[in-house]
Amino acid sequence: MNPNPILEVDQVTRRFGGLTAVNKVSFTVQPSEILSVIGPNGAGKSTLFKLISSFLHTSEGEVRLKGERISDLAPHIVARKGVVRTFQETTIFRAMTVRENIIIAHHLRAKASLAGYFWGSAAARQDQAAFARSADEIIQFLGMGAIANELASNLPQGNLRALGIAIGLATDPKVLLLDEPFAGMNHDETMHMVQLVQNVRQERGITVLLVEHDIPAVMKISDRIVVINFGEKIAEGTPEDIRNNDKVIEAYLGREDDAIGM
Amino acid sequence: MTLFKKLLGVGLFLALVLVLVPWLIERSGRWDFYYTLTSVALLSIASAGVWLTFYIGRINIGQGAYALVGGYVSAILVTQAGMNFWLTLPLAGLFCALLSVLIGLPILRLRGVYFAMVTLVLTEVVRLTALALPITNGARGIVNIPLPTELSLFGLTLIPDFGTLANPKLAFYLAAVIMMILSYAVLYRIVHSRLGHLCRSLQQNEELAASIGVNITYLRILAYSISSFFGGIAGASFVNISQSIYPSSFQVVDSVNFMLNCFLGGLGYVFGPMLGTLLLYFGWDLLFTTGKYQLLIYSSLLILLMLVLPNGLLSLRLSRKAKQPAQASPDKQPSGATP
Repeated sequence: MNPNPILEVDQVTRRFGGLTAVNKVSFTVQPSEILSVIGPNGAGKSTLFKLISSFLHTSEGEVRLKGERISDLAPHIVARKGVVRTFQETTIFRAMTVRENIIIAHHLRAKASLAGYFWGSAAARQDQAAFARSADEIIQFLGMGAIANELASNLPQGNLRALGIAIGLATDPKVLLLDEPFAGMNHDETMHMVQLVQNVRQERGITVLLVEHDIPAVMKISDRIVVINFGEKIAEGTPEDIRNNDKVIEAYLGREDDAIGM
Repeated sequence: MTLFKKLLGVGLFLALVLVLVPWLIERSGRWDFYYTLTSVALLSIASAGVWLTFYIGRINIGQGAYALVGGYVSAILVTQAGMNFWLTLPLAGLFCALLSVLIGLPILRLRGVYFAMVTLVLTEVVRLTALALPITNGARGIVNIPLPTELSLFGLTLIPDFGTLANPKLAFYLAAVIMMILSYAVLYRIVHSRLGHLCRSLQQNEELAASIGVNITYLRILAYSISSFFGGIAGASFVNISQSIYPSSFQVVDSVNFMLNCFLGGLGYVFGPMLGTLLLYFGWDLLFTTGKYQLLIYSSLLILLMLVLPNGLLSLRLSRKAKQPAQASPDKQPSGATP
């Protein structure tokens, strides 16, 4: 394995009062890899996600991006360094059109100052032209041309997820964190989304870390999978390894003697 | 809207407020209207500030506090340091902006009704402080503030001494209207530049804004301090026109009115607070003839307006366009203020 991972999760722990939601979880993510974190409900996946994107602070341990500590910083600084998350709920700017959503998400690429924008400086106009071009590219890349000028609040759920990814892409991330991108989707929508995520990795070389419930989709999309239960990592490996891992089967289906005991 | 139509609109508005209104007043001899309209212009500057805090998704019922602080800063500098009023004006605004950074840092973390409740207290805090401090002269206030004196640059008179003018009322009116136009021009540019777009992103979803790399704390403080700057210069000008300031010059009810002006005109429209201030100010005065029923009719009308036109009066004018499928420009989207 490549000795220079892009993202390292090192002994990360988070306690809420007496409850340890995430307990000494460690794993690494390689550049341009698609890695999924799975686990039963309440296993601590979402908490782990918030710890990586710094929406929550760690109790112990740290997260490193290319060797540099990024845990416990303000979320916008983590985004600035290149780790950008999408949200589980369909979190978008509802009163803006699809295109406006994507353009505003180019915030980090802005070269002109706010004052420059106020006066309409040359740099600001260059920025705006560049954002518009890049937004069109992303819209085309994700096949959203037909809905580009729709208000986001009018979109069906499947399009909203795609918009979430578009917003993530607009920030030009190194690592994109997708929080349950397939939740509530039917089979066709899921396959479409799987294709989108694979395109993101292939054509843009972006590393993707995703948290997901949908096991078939995860098996299809992931290079590697990390399994979490009760806040602890119980397995890590290729989809094939995970499929045959006893601990994982136990976590999802329960132990045999439990069933007999009942 | 095409550029031509925009320029035409601006031209017509300038002609109306700078030429037609003074002409009508001179013809009709209703000199008192100068004072009323000057007040409206200045109050609408303070309302513009409140509108900007609405734009980042915060209900601000504390603009009266900054108007009062701005008024005292200017009054003290003019009467005790002998400074020129026109120089105290930006200083009063900057002082309020600075003060709002200190106040905003803790309270802007609050959202919705919690932020609103805290701002509601601010006006009262400033009033009581003004009562207690020696420099503000307590309940007796600061009176006999001299009229604005000449402002000149390299011997060139930019603004004449108001005391020597034959018609200081007209001068005050023109000065207030020009300040109002400048303030709204600034607000318009803010809303239509990246700062405004970022404010909208904040209003709609702070978490997502943070995750695309927006420094939401900084942006909230920036918007709030610009808002308070507007409050400060409005208060300073108001005080110098009435030539006196008391702790009761701006009260909680004024703060509430600044907010109502925004609601009435429309939170989705930059010029909403200007229209709102005009109508609310005149509406209240017109209802004076109804005697003891004034407040009852006034509040019933406001409730009715909010029920019928939740996006403000300006939504009437734009509703025709909204029905067409054509792309609406960003500022025309009726949007709620609360996150």
